[in-house]
Amino acid sequence: MRAFRIAAWLLVASTHAWAQPPATDIPLAERRSGYEQMKRETRAMQDDDTSNPATFWVLEGESAWKRKTGAANRACSECHGDAAVSMKGVAARYPAHDAKSGRVINLEQRINACRIERQQAKPLAYESRELLALTTYVARQSRGLPIAVAPDQKTRPHLDAGRATYHRKIGQIDLSCAQCHDQHAGRHLAGNPIPQAHPTGYPIYRLEWQGVGSLQRRLRNCMSGLRAEPYEYGSQELVDLEYYLMWRARGMQVETPAVRP
Amino acid sequence: MSKRRSRREFLSAAAVLAAAATLPAGVRAQATKDLRGTEQDLRGTEQDMRVAINHFTGSRPLAKGKVNLEVPPLVDNGNTVAISVTVESPMTEADHVRSIRIFSERNPEPIIMGFRLGPRAGRASVATRVRLADTQTLVAVAEMSDGTYWFGSAPTVVTIASCLEEI
Amino acid sequence: MSNALVTVPKTAKKGEIIEIRTLVSHNMETGYRRTERGVPIPRDIVRTFSCTYNGVEIFSAELRPAISANPYISFYTVATETGMIAFHWKGDNGFSVSSSAHITVT
Repeated sequence: MRAFRIAAWLLVASTHAWAQPPATDIPLAERRSGYEQMKRETRAMQDDDTSNPATFWVLEGESAWKRKTGAANRACSECHGDAAVSMKGVAARYPAHDAKSGRVINLEQRINACRIERQQAKPLAYESRELLALTTYVARQSRGLPIAVAPDQKTRPHLDAGRATYHRKIGQIDLSCAQCHDQHAGRHLAGNPIPQAHPTGYPIYRLEWQGVGSLQRRLRNCMSGLRAEPYEYGSQELVDLEYYLMWRARGMQVETPAVRP
Repeated sequence: MSKRRSRREFLSAAAVLAAAATLPAGVRAQATKDLRGTEQDLRGTEQDMRVAINHFTGSRPLAKGKVNLEVPPLVDNGNTVAISVTVESPMTEADHVRSIRIFSERNPEPIIMGFRLGPRAGRASVATRVRLADTQTLVAVAEMSDGTYWFGSAPTVVTIASCLEEI
Repeated sequence: MSNALVTVPKTAKKGEIIEIRTLVSHNMETGYRRTERGVPIPRDIVRTFSCTYNGVEIFSAELRPAISANPYISFYTVATETGMIAFHWKGDNGFSVSSSAHITVT
Protein backbone atom coordinates (compact mmCIF):
# COMPACT_ATOMS: atom_id res chain seq x y z
CA MET A 1 0.00 0.00 0.00
CA ARG A 2 2.81 2.36 0.95
CA ALA A 3 4.70 1.59 -2.28
CA PHE A 4 1.52 2.28 -4.23
CA ARG A 5 1.08 5.64 -2.49
CA ILE A 6 4.70 6.58 -3.21
CA ALA A 7 4.31 5.62 -6.85
CA ALA A 8 1.05 7.59 -7.10
CA TRP A 9 2.69 10.63 -5.51
CA LEU A 10 5.64 10.36 -7.92
CA LEU A 11 3.25 10.15 -10.88
CA VAL A 12 1.39 13.25 -9.73
CA ALA A 13 4.64 15.07 -8.97
CA SER A 14 6.07 14.37 -12.41
CA THR A 15 3.07 15.85 -14.14
CA HIS A 16 2.79 18.82 -11.77
CA ALA A 17 3.49 22.29 -13.17
CA TRP A 18 6.67 22.71 -11.19
CA ALA A 19 8.33 19.57 -12.52
CA GLN A 20 11.08 20.02 -15.14
CA PRO A 21 9.49 20.28 -18.60
CA PRO A 22 10.81 18.09 -21.42
CA ALA A 23 13.76 19.57 -23.33
CA THR A 24 11.91 20.30 -26.58
CA ASP A 25 12.50 23.44 -28.56
CA ILE A 26 10.11 25.62 -30.56
CA PRO A 27 9.57 24.45 -34.16
CA LEU A 28 11.11 26.83 -36.74
CA ALA A 29 7.74 27.91 -38.10
CA GLU A 30 6.66 28.99 -34.63
CA ARG A 31 9.82 30.87 -33.66
CA ARG A 32 9.06 34.56 -33.22
CA SER A 33 11.51 37.43 -32.87
CA GLY A 34 10.98 39.92 -30.06
CA TYR A 35 10.76 42.48 -32.85
CA GLU A 36 7.17 41.45 -33.55
CA GLN A 37 6.03 42.34 -30.04
CA MET A 38 7.41 45.87 -30.09
CA LYS A 39 5.42 49.01 -30.72
CA ARG A 40 5.45 50.53 -34.19
CA GLU A 41 7.72 53.37 -33.03
CA THR A 42 10.34 51.03 -31.56
CA ARG A 43 10.32 48.89 -34.69
CA ALA A 44 10.85 52.06 -36.74
CA MET A 45 13.96 52.77 -34.67
CA GLN A 46 15.41 49.43 -35.70
CA ASP A 47 14.31 49.55 -39.32
CA ASP A 48 16.11 52.77 -40.18
CA ASP A 49 19.90 52.80 -39.70
CA THR A 50 19.89 56.59 -39.56
CA SER A 51 17.52 56.66 -36.60
CA ASN A 52 18.94 53.61 -34.81
CA PRO A 53 21.34 54.87 -32.10
CA ALA A 54 23.24 51.56 -32.38
CA THR A 55 24.58 52.89 -35.67
CA PHE A 56 27.03 54.98 -33.62
CA TRP A 57 28.50 51.74 -32.28
CA VAL A 58 28.66 50.26 -35.79
CA LEU A 59 30.56 53.32 -37.02
CA GLU A 60 32.91 53.23 -34.05
CA GLY A 61 33.45 49.54 -34.69
CA GLU A 62 34.31 50.28 -38.30
CA SER A 63 36.93 52.80 -37.14
CA ALA A 64 38.35 50.31 -34.64
CA TRP A 65 38.47 47.65 -37.38
CA LYS A 66 40.78 49.85 -39.41
CA ARG A 67 42.88 51.14 -36.52
CA LYS A 68 46.39 49.76 -35.93
CA THR A 69 46.74 48.52 -32.39
CA GLY A 70 48.85 46.43 -30.04
CA ALA A 71 52.59 45.70 -29.99
CA ALA A 72 52.17 44.22 -33.46
CA ASN A 73 50.77 47.55 -34.63
CA ARG A 74 48.26 45.74 -36.80
CA ALA A 75 44.66 46.53 -37.69
CA CYS A 76 41.90 43.91 -38.07
CA SER A 77 41.57 45.01 -41.69
CA GLU A 78 45.17 44.03 -42.48
CA CYS A 79 44.36 40.33 -42.03
CA HIS A 80 40.61 40.34 -42.63
CA GLY A 81 40.28 42.97 -45.33
CA ASP A 82 36.78 44.28 -45.94
CA ALA A 83 34.60 43.14 -43.04
CA ALA A 84 31.53 43.09 -45.26
CA VAL A 85 33.15 40.19 -47.10
CA SER A 86 35.29 38.41 -44.52
CA MET A 87 32.91 38.68 -41.58
CA LYS A 88 29.76 37.83 -43.50
CA GLY A 89 28.15 34.85 -41.80
CA VAL A 90 30.54 34.78 -38.84
CA ALA A 91 28.20 36.07 -36.13
CA ALA A 92 25.47 33.77 -37.46
CA ARG A 93 27.49 30.73 -36.41
CA TYR A 94 28.77 31.99 -33.07
CA PRO A 95 29.26 30.87 -30.29
CA ALA A 96 31.58 28.31 -31.88
CA HIS A 97 34.23 25.79 -30.99
CA ASP A 98 37.70 27.19 -30.52
CA ALA A 99 40.42 24.68 -31.35
CA LYS A 100 43.06 26.43 -29.28
CA SER A 101 41.19 26.44 -25.97
CA GLY A 102 39.09 23.38 -26.72
CA ARG A 103 35.94 25.17 -25.58
CA VAL A 104 32.98 26.89 -27.16
CA ILE A 105 33.58 30.64 -27.12
CA ASN A 106 31.42 33.62 -28.06
CA LEU A 107 32.11 36.41 -30.54
CA GLU A 108 33.49 38.79 -27.90
CA GLN A 109 35.96 36.14 -26.76
CA ARG A 110 36.93 35.43 -30.38
CA ILE A 111 37.66 39.12 -30.95
CA ASN A 112 39.74 39.31 -27.78
CA ALA A 113 41.63 36.12 -28.70
CA CYS A 114 42.57 37.76 -32.00
CA ARG A 115 43.68 40.91 -30.20
CA ILE A 116 45.94 38.94 -27.87
CA GLU A 117 47.36 36.50 -30.42
CA ARG A 118 47.52 38.51 -33.65
CA GLN A 119 47.70 42.11 -32.53
CA GLN A 120 49.60 41.51 -29.27
CA ALA A 121 47.14 43.86 -27.65
CA LYS A 122 45.38 43.67 -24.29
CA PRO A 123 41.93 42.11 -24.32
CA LEU A 124 39.09 44.62 -24.20
CA ALA A 125 36.95 44.57 -21.06
CA TYR A 126 33.49 43.00 -21.35
CA GLU A 127 30.84 45.67 -22.00
CA SER A 128 33.50 48.26 -22.78
CA ARG A 129 32.49 50.69 -25.51
CA GLU A 130 35.23 49.50 -27.84
CA LEU A 131 34.49 45.78 -27.48
CA LEU A 132 30.78 46.43 -28.00
CA ALA A 133 31.55 48.57 -31.04
CA LEU A 134 33.75 45.89 -32.64
CA THR A 135 31.27 43.11 -31.82
CA THR A 136 28.34 45.12 -33.18
CA TYR A 137 30.27 45.96 -36.35
CA VAL A 138 31.26 42.31 -36.94
CA ALA A 139 27.80 40.95 -36.13
CA ARG A 140 26.19 43.59 -38.35
CA GLN A 141 27.88 41.91 -41.31
CA SER A 142 25.61 38.90 -40.78
CA ARG A 143 22.38 40.89 -40.79
CA GLY A 144 19.69 39.12 -42.78
CA LEU A 145 21.44 35.76 -42.69
CA PRO A 146 19.92 32.77 -40.90
CA ILE A 147 21.43 31.78 -37.57
CA ALA A 148 23.48 28.67 -38.29
CA VAL A 149 24.92 27.38 -35.04
CA ALA A 150 25.60 23.68 -35.69
CA PRO A 151 26.63 21.53 -32.73
CA ASP A 152 28.78 18.45 -33.27
CA GLN A 153 30.36 15.81 -31.09
CA LYS A 154 32.89 18.30 -29.68
CA THR A 155 30.35 20.95 -28.81
CA ARG A 156 27.46 18.72 -27.71
CA PRO A 157 28.42 18.91 -23.99
CA HIS A 158 28.27 22.72 -24.19
CA LEU A 159 24.84 22.62 -25.80
CA ASP A 160 23.61 20.22 -23.11
CA ALA A 161 25.07 22.40 -20.35
CA GLY A 162 23.37 25.48 -21.83
CA ARG A 163 20.07 23.64 -22.15
CA ALA A 164 20.30 22.49 -18.53
CA THR A 165 20.92 26.07 -17.39
CA TYR A 166 17.92 27.23 -19.45
CA HIS A 167 15.68 24.75 -17.64
CA ARG A 168 17.08 25.23 -14.17
CA LYS A 169 15.01 27.22 -11.65
CA ILE A 170 17.11 29.94 -10.05
CA GLY A 171 16.97 32.77 -7.57
CA GLN A 172 14.61 33.81 -4.84
CA ILE A 173 11.87 34.02 -7.46
CA ASP A 174 12.69 30.38 -8.28
CA LEU A 175 11.88 30.36 -11.98
CA SER A 176 13.71 28.96 -14.99
CA CYS A 177 14.14 30.67 -18.37
CA ALA A 178 11.86 28.01 -19.85
CA GLN A 179 8.98 28.81 -17.55
CA CYS A 180 8.66 32.35 -18.93
CA HIS A 181 10.10 32.09 -22.42
CA ASP A 182 8.78 28.66 -23.45
CA GLN A 183 5.63 28.25 -21.40
CA HIS A 184 4.41 31.85 -21.18
CA ALA A 185 5.86 33.59 -24.24
CA GLY A 186 3.28 35.94 -25.73
CA ARG A 187 1.68 36.73 -22.38
CA HIS A 188 2.55 39.75 -20.24
CA LEU A 189 4.67 40.29 -17.17
CA ALA A 190 3.92 43.62 -15.45
CA GLY A 191 2.80 45.26 -18.69
CA ASN A 192 5.72 43.97 -20.74
CA PRO A 193 5.17 41.25 -23.35
CA ILE A 194 7.20 38.09 -22.72
CA PRO A 195 9.24 37.19 -25.82
CA GLN A 196 10.43 33.72 -26.80
CA ALA A 197 13.86 35.22 -26.10
CA HIS A 198 15.76 34.47 -29.29
CA PRO A 199 19.06 36.38 -29.43
CA THR A 200 18.65 37.38 -33.06
CA GLY A 201 19.91 40.95 -32.82
CA TYR A 202 22.82 41.10 -30.42
CA PRO A 203 24.53 43.32 -29.44
CA ILE A 204 21.29 45.25 -29.04
CA TYR A 205 20.34 48.83 -28.33
CA ARG A 206 18.17 48.30 -25.27
CA LEU A 207 15.80 51.19 -24.52
CA GLU A 208 16.16 50.41 -20.81
CA TRP A 209 19.95 50.84 -21.04
CA GLN A 210 19.74 53.72 -23.53
CA GLY A 211 22.82 52.12 -25.01
CA VAL A 212 24.19 49.03 -26.70
CA GLY A 213 24.89 45.91 -24.65
CA SER A 214 25.74 42.26 -25.12
CA LEU A 215 23.66 39.12 -24.76
CA GLN A 216 25.55 38.33 -21.57
CA ARG A 217 24.52 41.66 -20.09
CA ARG A 218 20.91 40.86 -20.90
CA LEU A 219 21.15 37.37 -19.42
CA ARG A 220 22.66 38.81 -16.25
CA ASN A 221 19.73 41.27 -16.09
CA CYS A 222 17.35 38.30 -16.24
CA MET A 223 19.24 36.57 -13.47
CA SER A 224 19.22 39.60 -11.18
CA GLY A 225 15.55 40.04 -12.04
CA LEU A 226 14.99 36.61 -10.53
CA ARG A 227 17.05 37.64 -7.48
CA ALA A 228 19.78 35.19 -8.40
CA GLU A 229 23.50 35.92 -8.33
CA PRO A 230 24.36 36.46 -12.01
CA TYR A 231 27.16 34.44 -13.60
CA GLU A 232 30.29 36.48 -14.31
CA TYR A 233 30.95 37.94 -17.76
CA GLY A 234 32.87 35.45 -19.84
CA SER A 235 31.96 32.51 -17.59
CA GLN A 236 31.48 29.19 -19.36
CA GLU A 237 27.96 28.97 -17.89
CA LEU A 238 26.96 32.12 -19.78
CA VAL A 239 28.75 31.15 -22.99
CA ASP A 240 27.08 27.71 -22.95
CA LEU A 241 23.70 29.35 -22.36
CA GLU A 242 24.37 31.72 -25.29
CA TYR A 243 25.28 28.69 -27.36
CA TYR A 244 22.04 26.92 -26.49
CA LEU A 245 19.97 30.06 -27.15
CA MET A 246 21.53 30.62 -30.57
CA TRP A 247 20.96 26.95 -31.42
CA ARG A 248 17.35 27.26 -30.24
CA ALA A 249 17.01 30.25 -32.60
CA ARG A 250 18.63 28.51 -35.60
CA GLY A 251 17.10 29.43 -38.91
CA MET A 252 15.93 32.84 -37.69
CA GLN A 253 17.41 35.94 -39.31
CA VAL A 254 20.19 37.92 -37.67
CA GLU A 255 18.88 41.44 -36.93
CA THR A 256 22.00 43.05 -35.49
CA PRO A 257 21.94 45.75 -34.34
CA ALA A 258 18.43 45.26 -33.01
CA VAL A 259 16.47 47.65 -30.79
CA ARG A 260 14.65 46.11 -27.86
CA PRO A 261 12.71 47.46 -24.84
CA MET B 1 30.61 47.86 34.50
CA SER B 2 33.78 49.83 35.29
CA LYS B 3 33.57 53.52 36.18
CA ARG B 4 35.76 54.55 33.17
CA ARG B 5 33.63 52.67 30.63
CA SER B 6 30.32 53.99 31.87
CA ARG B 7 31.73 57.56 31.87
CA ARG B 8 32.84 57.11 28.21
CA GLU B 9 29.42 55.84 27.25
CA PHE B 10 27.77 58.78 29.00
CA LEU B 11 30.00 61.30 27.19
CA SER B 12 29.39 59.76 23.77
CA ALA B 13 25.66 59.67 24.40
CA ALA B 14 25.73 63.29 25.50
CA ALA B 15 27.68 64.24 22.36
CA VAL B 16 25.06 62.61 20.15
CA LEU B 17 22.26 64.43 21.96
CA ALA B 18 24.12 67.72 21.66
CA ALA B 19 24.63 67.21 17.93
CA ALA B 20 20.97 66.34 17.46
CA ALA B 21 19.93 69.49 19.26
CA THR B 22 21.88 71.69 16.80
CA LEU B 23 20.32 70.22 13.60
CA PRO B 24 18.07 72.63 11.73
CA ALA B 25 14.43 72.15 12.54
CA GLY B 26 13.53 71.12 9.00
CA VAL B 27 15.99 68.23 8.98
CA ARG B 28 14.76 66.98 12.31
CA ALA B 29 11.19 67.09 11.09
CA GLN B 30 12.20 65.16 7.96
CA ALA B 31 14.12 62.57 9.95
CA THR B 32 10.96 60.60 10.42
CA LYS B 33 10.11 60.48 6.68
CA ASP B 34 13.03 61.63 4.53
CA LEU B 35 12.00 61.59 0.87
CA ARG B 36 15.07 63.39 -0.45
CA GLY B 37 16.67 61.49 -3.31
CA THR B 38 13.89 58.92 -3.29
CA GLU B 39 11.61 58.34 -6.23
CA GLN B 40 8.72 60.12 -4.52
CA ASP B 41 10.82 63.23 -4.09
CA LEU B 42 11.45 63.38 -7.84
CA ARG B 43 7.83 63.14 -8.93
CA GLY B 44 6.42 66.33 -10.36
CA THR B 45 2.85 67.35 -9.89
CA GLU B 46 0.10 68.64 -12.10
CA GLN B 47 0.49 71.94 -10.24
CA ASP B 48 4.16 72.19 -11.31
CA MET B 49 3.08 71.61 -14.89
CA ARG B 50 0.38 74.30 -14.73
CA VAL B 51 2.89 76.80 -13.37
CA ALA B 52 5.32 75.97 -16.19
CA ILE B 53 2.60 76.26 -18.84
CA ASN B 54 1.47 79.61 -17.48
CA HIS B 55 5.04 80.81 -17.57
CA PHE B 56 5.25 79.84 -21.25
CA THR B 57 1.96 81.48 -22.18
CA GLY B 58 2.40 84.46 -19.93
CA SER B 59 -0.92 83.34 -18.41
CA ARG B 60 -2.69 84.24 -21.66
CA PRO B 61 -5.75 82.22 -22.71
CA LEU B 62 -5.00 78.66 -23.76
CA ALA B 63 -7.34 77.00 -26.27
CA LYS B 64 -7.64 73.28 -26.83
CA GLY B 65 -7.17 72.25 -30.45
CA LYS B 66 -4.85 72.36 -33.49
CA VAL B 67 -2.14 70.51 -31.56
CA ASN B 68 -1.91 66.76 -32.10
CA LEU B 69 0.40 65.06 -29.60
CA GLU B 70 1.11 61.42 -30.32
CA VAL B 71 2.41 59.19 -27.55
CA PRO B 72 2.07 55.39 -27.45
CA PRO B 73 -0.78 54.61 -25.00
CA LEU B 74 1.41 51.92 -23.40
CA VAL B 75 5.15 52.48 -23.78
CA ASP B 76 7.70 49.77 -24.57
CA ASN B 77 10.07 51.38 -22.08
CA GLY B 78 9.84 54.61 -20.10
CA ASN B 79 13.48 55.47 -20.78
CA THR B 80 12.98 55.96 -24.51
CA VAL B 81 9.50 56.93 -25.68
CA ALA B 82 9.00 58.13 -29.25
CA ILE B 83 6.62 61.10 -29.34
CA SER B 84 5.57 63.50 -32.05
CA VAL B 85 3.72 66.81 -32.16
CA THR B 86 1.93 68.15 -35.24
CA VAL B 87 0.18 71.53 -35.26
CA GLU B 88 -2.42 72.49 -37.85
CA SER B 89 -1.10 75.63 -39.49
CA PRO B 90 -0.59 76.91 -43.05
CA MET B 91 2.96 77.86 -41.97
CA THR B 92 2.96 81.04 -44.03
CA GLU B 93 4.68 84.29 -43.14
CA ALA B 94 1.33 85.61 -41.96
CA ASP B 95 0.13 82.56 -40.10
CA HIS B 96 2.57 80.07 -38.60
CA VAL B 97 3.67 78.28 -35.44
CA ARG B 98 6.39 80.22 -33.61
CA SER B 99 7.24 77.65 -30.98
CA ILE B 100 6.10 74.42 -29.35
CA ARG B 101 6.77 73.31 -25.81
CA ILE B 102 6.07 69.87 -24.36
CA PHE B 103 5.17 69.46 -20.69
CA SER B 104 5.04 66.57 -18.25
CA GLU B 105 3.05 66.31 -15.03
CA ARG B 106 5.01 63.51 -13.38
CA ASN B 107 8.66 63.98 -14.46
CA PRO B 108 11.07 65.68 -12.02
CA GLU B 109 10.90 68.77 -14.28
CA PRO B 110 7.73 69.94 -16.00
CA ILE B 111 9.35 70.99 -19.30
CA ILE B 112 10.37 68.14 -21.59
CA MET B 113 11.51 70.10 -24.60
CA GLY B 114 11.00 73.29 -26.59
CA PHE B 115 11.17 73.92 -30.33
CA ARG B 116 11.32 77.12 -32.34
CA LEU B 117 9.84 76.98 -35.82
CA GLY B 118 8.76 79.62 -38.34
CA PRO B 119 7.36 79.87 -41.86
CA ARG B 120 10.41 78.09 -43.31
CA ALA B 121 9.39 74.90 -41.53
CA GLY B 122 6.74 74.17 -44.11
CA ARG B 123 5.05 71.78 -41.72
CA ALA B 124 4.76 72.21 -37.96
CA SER B 125 5.65 68.67 -37.07
CA VAL B 126 8.44 67.48 -34.79
CA ALA B 127 9.38 64.12 -33.32
CA THR B 128 11.77 63.10 -30.57
CA ARG B 129 12.40 60.45 -27.92
CA VAL B 130 11.80 61.22 -24.27
CA ARG B 131 12.12 59.78 -20.80
CA LEU B 132 8.89 59.44 -18.85
CA ALA B 133 9.01 58.89 -15.13
CA ASP B 134 5.56 57.44 -14.62
CA THR B 135 2.12 56.89 -16.08
CA GLN B 136 0.93 60.41 -16.93
CA THR B 137 -0.62 62.81 -19.37
CA LEU B 138 1.68 64.88 -21.56
CA VAL B 139 0.69 68.32 -22.81
CA ALA B 140 2.01 70.13 -25.90
CA VAL B 141 1.46 73.88 -26.21
CA ALA B 142 1.94 75.81 -29.46
CA GLU B 143 2.57 79.54 -29.67
CA MET B 144 1.18 80.98 -32.91
CA SER B 145 2.42 83.97 -34.85
CA ASP B 146 -0.79 85.85 -33.97
CA GLY B 147 0.04 85.53 -30.29
CA THR B 148 -2.55 82.85 -29.51
CA TYR B 149 -1.76 79.64 -27.62
CA TRP B 150 -3.20 76.19 -28.36
CA PHE B 151 -2.71 72.86 -26.68
CA GLY B 152 -3.22 69.14 -27.09
CA SER B 153 -2.62 66.32 -24.63
CA ALA B 154 -2.17 62.56 -24.60
CA PRO B 155 -2.18 60.04 -21.75
CA THR B 156 0.29 57.19 -21.56
CA VAL B 157 0.93 54.20 -19.33
CA VAL B 158 4.53 53.70 -18.23
CA THR B 159 5.55 50.52 -16.43
CA ILE B 160 8.92 49.57 -15.00
CA ALA B 161 10.82 47.13 -17.20
CA SER B 162 11.00 43.55 -16.01
CA CYS B 163 14.49 42.20 -15.36
CA LEU B 164 16.61 45.21 -14.46
CA GLU B 165 20.26 45.00 -13.53
CA GLU B 166 21.40 45.62 -9.99
CA ILE B 167 22.34 49.26 -9.51
CA MET C 1 34.63 59.44 -35.52
CA SER C 2 31.06 60.17 -36.37
CA ASN C 3 29.03 61.40 -33.43
CA ALA C 4 26.12 62.81 -35.40
CA LEU C 5 23.91 61.21 -38.02
CA VAL C 6 21.74 63.39 -40.21
CA THR C 7 19.31 62.39 -42.94
CA VAL C 8 18.61 65.06 -45.53
CA PRO C 9 17.36 64.31 -49.04
CA LYS C 10 20.12 64.88 -51.58
CA THR C 11 17.80 66.55 -54.04
CA ALA C 12 14.42 68.29 -53.85
CA LYS C 13 12.13 70.46 -55.92
CA LYS C 14 11.90 74.12 -55.03
CA GLY C 15 9.11 74.63 -52.53
CA GLU C 16 8.98 70.97 -51.57
CA ILE C 17 8.60 70.26 -47.85
CA ILE C 18 11.38 67.87 -46.82
CA GLU C 19 11.84 65.84 -43.64
CA ILE C 20 15.13 66.06 -41.78
CA ARG C 21 16.11 63.45 -39.18
CA THR C 22 18.98 63.89 -36.76
CA LEU C 23 20.69 61.76 -34.15
CA VAL C 24 23.58 62.79 -31.91
CA SER C 25 25.69 60.51 -29.71
CA HIS C 26 25.32 61.63 -26.07
CA ASN C 27 24.49 59.94 -22.75
CA MET C 28 22.24 62.77 -21.53
CA GLU C 29 23.11 62.31 -17.85
CA THR C 30 20.08 63.73 -16.06
CA GLY C 31 21.68 64.78 -12.81
CA TYR C 32 19.06 62.79 -10.88
CA ARG C 33 20.96 59.53 -10.81
CA ARG C 34 23.21 58.36 -8.00
CA THR C 35 26.09 55.90 -7.89
CA GLU C 36 25.89 52.66 -5.91
CA ARG C 37 27.27 54.57 -2.93
CA GLY C 38 24.54 57.21 -3.21
CA VAL C 39 26.78 59.94 -4.65
CA PRO C 40 24.85 62.14 -7.12
CA ILE C 41 26.08 61.97 -10.73
CA PRO C 42 26.24 65.54 -12.07
CA ARG C 43 24.02 66.68 -14.93
CA ASP C 44 25.68 66.50 -18.36
CA ILE C 45 23.29 67.00 -21.24
CA VAL C 46 22.97 68.48 -24.70
CA ARG C 47 21.29 71.85 -24.18
CA THR C 48 20.59 73.26 -27.65
CA PHE C 49 20.20 72.13 -31.22
CA SER C 50 20.04 74.46 -34.17
CA CYS C 51 19.68 73.99 -37.89
CA THR C 52 20.67 76.57 -40.48
CA TYR C 53 19.98 76.57 -44.19
CA ASN C 54 22.66 78.51 -46.06
CA GLY C 55 23.37 80.35 -42.84
CA VAL C 56 19.78 81.18 -41.89
CA GLU C 57 18.40 79.44 -38.81
CA ILE C 58 15.29 77.51 -39.78
CA PHE C 59 14.76 75.38 -36.68
CA SER C 60 16.05 75.12 -33.14
CA ALA C 61 15.35 73.10 -30.04
CA GLU C 62 16.03 73.40 -26.35
CA LEU C 63 16.78 70.05 -24.75
CA ARG C 64 16.14 69.07 -21.15
CA PRO C 65 17.16 66.03 -19.06
CA ALA C 66 13.87 64.43 -20.13
CA ILE C 67 15.27 63.78 -23.59
CA SER C 68 16.50 60.19 -24.01
CA ALA C 69 20.16 59.42 -24.54
CA ASN C 70 21.39 59.76 -28.11
CA PRO C 71 18.89 62.54 -28.79
CA TYR C 72 16.72 62.10 -31.86
CA ILE C 73 15.03 65.12 -33.39
CA SER C 74 13.13 65.13 -36.67
CA PHE C 75 11.43 68.12 -38.27
CA TYR C 76 10.50 69.62 -41.61
CA THR C 77 11.72 72.48 -43.76
CA VAL C 78 10.96 73.96 -47.15
CA ALA C 79 13.55 73.26 -49.86
CA THR C 80 14.21 76.82 -50.97
CA GLU C 81 17.62 76.72 -52.70
CA THR C 82 20.69 74.59 -53.31
CA GLY C 83 23.23 74.76 -50.54
CA MET C 84 24.28 73.56 -47.10
CA ILE C 85 21.99 72.56 -44.31
CA ALA C 86 24.09 72.72 -41.16
CA PHE C 87 23.41 71.32 -37.70
CA HIS C 88 24.91 72.28 -34.38
CA TRP C 89 24.51 70.71 -30.94
CA LYS C 90 25.81 72.42 -27.82
CA GLY C 91 25.80 71.15 -24.28
CA ASP C 92 27.35 70.97 -20.82
CA ASN C 93 31.09 70.65 -20.30
CA GLY C 94 31.84 72.30 -23.62
CA PHE C 95 29.99 69.74 -25.72
CA SER C 96 29.90 70.99 -29.28
CA VAL C 97 29.17 68.90 -32.38
CA SER C 98 28.51 70.06 -35.91
CA SER C 99 27.36 68.32 -39.03
CA SER C 100 26.09 69.32 -42.42
CA ALA C 101 24.53 67.99 -45.59
CA HIS C 102 24.37 69.35 -49.09
CA ILE C 103 21.07 69.64 -50.91
CA THR C 104 20.48 70.33 -54.60
CA VAL C 105 17.21 72.15 -55.21
CA THR C 106 15.86 72.33 -58.75
